[in-house]
Amino acid sequence: MNNRSHTPFIRTVKISERSSKDTLKIRIAAFVLALAAGGIFMLLLGYNPFELYGTIISGAFRSKMAFQATVKFMIPLLMSSLGVAMAFKMRFWNIGAEGQIIVGAVCASYFALFHNNWPHFLLLIVMFAAGAIGGGLWGLIPAYFKSKYDTNETLFTLMLNYIALHIITYLRDGPWKDPDSSGFPKIARFAANAQIDKVFGVHFGWIIALILVIIVFIYLKYTKHGYEISVVGESKSTAKYAGMDVKRVILRTMILSGGICGITGMIQAAGSDMTLASSVAGGVGFTAIIVSWLAYLNPFGILLVSFLFSILDKGSSVMQSAYGLSTYFASVLQGIILFFILGCEFFIRYKFVLTKKGGK
Amino acid sequence: MKKYLSIILTLIMVLSLFTACSANEQQQPEPEGQEVQGEGVFPAVAKEDIKVGVIHIGNPADGSGYTFAHDQGIVEMQKALGLSDSQIIRKNNVNDTDPTATDAAIRECIEEGAHIVFGTSWGYMDTLEALAEEYPDVIFSHGSGYKSNDRNFNNYFGRIYQARYLSGIAAGLKTESNLLGYVAAMGKDNSEVTGGLNAFAMGAYSVNPDAKVYVKVTNSWYSPEEETNAAKALIAEGCDVIAQHCDTPNPQLEAEKAGAFGIGYNSDMSKDAPKATITSAVWNWGAYYTWAVEKVIDGTWNSENYYGGMKEGMIDISPINESIAAEGTQEKIDEAKSSILDGTFNVFDGVIETNDGSTVGEEGKTLDDGTITGGINWYFKTVEEK
Repeated sequence: MNNRSHTPFIRTVKISERSSKDTLKIRIAAFVLALAAGGIFMLLLGYNPFELYGTIISGAFRSKMAFQATVKFMIPLLMSSLGVAMAFKMRFWNIGAEGQIIVGAVCASYFALFHNNWPHFLLLIVMFAAGAIGGGLWGLIPAYFKSKYDTNETLFTLMLNYIALHIITYLRDGPWKDPDSSGFPKIARFAANAQIDKVFGVHFGWIIALILVIIVFIYLKYTKHGYEISVVGESKSTAKYAGMDVKRVILRTMILSGGICGITGMIQAAGSDMTLASSVAGGVGFTAIIVSWLAYLNPFGILLVSFLFSILDKGSSVMQSAYGLSTYFASVLQGIILFFILGCEFFIRYKFVLTKKGGK
Repeated sequence: MKKYLSIILTLIMVLSLFTACSANEQQQPEPEGQEVQGEGVFPAVAKEDIKVGVIHIGNPADGSGYTFAHDQGIVEMQKALGLSDSQIIRKNNVNDTDPTATDAAIRECIEEGAHIVFGTSWGYMDTLEALAEEYPDVIFSHGSGYKSNDRNFNNYFGRIYQARYLSGIAAGLKTESNLLGYVAAMGKDNSEVTGGLNAFAMGAYSVNPDAKVYVKVTNSWYSPEEETNAAKALIAEGCDVIAQHCDTPNPQLEAEKAGAFGIGYNSDMSKDAPKATITSAVWNWGAYYTWAVEKVIDGTWNSENYYGGMKEGMIDISPINESIAAEGTQEKIDEAKSSILDGTFNVFDGVIETNDGSTVGEEGKTLDDGTITGGINWYFKTVEEK
């Protein structure tokens, strides 16, 4: 590289490997700074930051009901983060978790709405399978075009989200409209038979989510398939030379990634919404992208990060009503915290170097 | 190392789930266990102990419109009964098409010990119904909608059509193009919206039989952008007075921008569009909230539905904006208002002609409340869908 006279004063340099101790230090610093910045924001608006932060924590844990609500927040986030992490591990940018969640929910809802006289557990198993297949197929579409025509999967998966959303709107305003709703466009509430049972006060989606954490962990870490995913992710050419069927790996992994998101949709619809609502994904599929990267695509890390996210979600909702704050206050606060947490990832991978005069 | 750490954390989490479930069972007095009583009768609650939950679709800080009107009612109740701020639990911006968010917000009110939870938007209905079953000792009260049970879930609404009729008089006198615009949240099937629209058209017809009412449906109770667009389209069709059944004052602002006039809804919208809004059909939800919370305090609440009108002080129109209203508006309105108040006129009286040529009602009778709340799915003869 020729050293021109207008070399910038500060350069960013990629760091090959930081020790895990340094990484931890940076993370802790970022977290403290995030809290401090959020605290200044609270102070400026005339609130005591210690009180507000205290309310967030106690709001998430103060009672059995509060804790159940926190876990309920976590379930869809955890599951869809596991789903997208599978694709990301393969460097396949699945931005379409929203759509896969929705299509999974739509497929499961068909049985919940029109076959709710089936035996309870049979119905739930069929709904579960329908959700997985629906989400899996929705994930398969961009994977097929990627492997066959090398289309851009980021745009492809993103666009499929909007199509999925409009499918719900279509069903809601047309064929699946609740005849008893006196003109209000909505889909009927599921019969009790089609609702997911509760275990310890929370629908059993949390058990499925925890089982998925373990399954995805083992699948990615200890199976041949998981190994193939990471090789394809590192380099497609390497994978090819090693004799792997890259197309097959892409298709298979996206079915699984979309399938997990589809299960999320089924669980949200039958365990939480109790109907097919256009809000069934509600942005979770996008938050999942942040969660899975913050956790370095590690399933147990994803569990931890999504739990922290749900504490923030549940706690700030309590903070809002306790102090009469606007909804936007909590959004701004969450934004500030995320800004620092995500920002520190930059400092983990890069550092600033002052350019010395006269070059090397 | 990292791996083990995460596994340990997971275990802690799972364990804490179990312990949280068992340990808190004894410590936390759950609202559901607080009161033991017979069917349909709730014990009195000390005034300083009562907690009231409110689920809003918008934000009271908006300063106008549906949520603002409800919250003014809550504030009025709070003042009338002398409750402190900490006794009111507000959940704002709860999307009524998102059952999970609705459920979470209501549960949070229950968790904080609410004795009564008011759900102010239509879409909360099914969730309120389900939670009423799950928590039989908490009272759930739903504004609009049609569901209730015979224990702890009732429905409250008002005869807004009375105010709509009066505002129609103001619009009918004002229009020069003889085209009135109406931004409607829901289509013909929705009796609440359609009844109000018909009453408006009938009020206009009573003073100006040539005035037509063009209606545009947004299919949402709260959709700022759609409401603006609908008003724009109606103005483009030639409407010079824009009335509305939707949550934001946007149609009024659009009318003002175009040099047209408007009839507001929910709260006095001449605040938002002083040069356009002639009057607004307004709610005084405080009449119900005070009545209901007082009954909970006294232990006399029952699940009877509430349907208040002008007589109860629940419904009214805001003062006529004299600088823009047509001459004689006040007199005409006063005349109709006194006949509503003394019961000689009930808006949907006698035989009413619809816009498809058929007729509704019978000579010498008036539509009953059940029909008004759930059975008006026809348009008055001067109404046209656009």
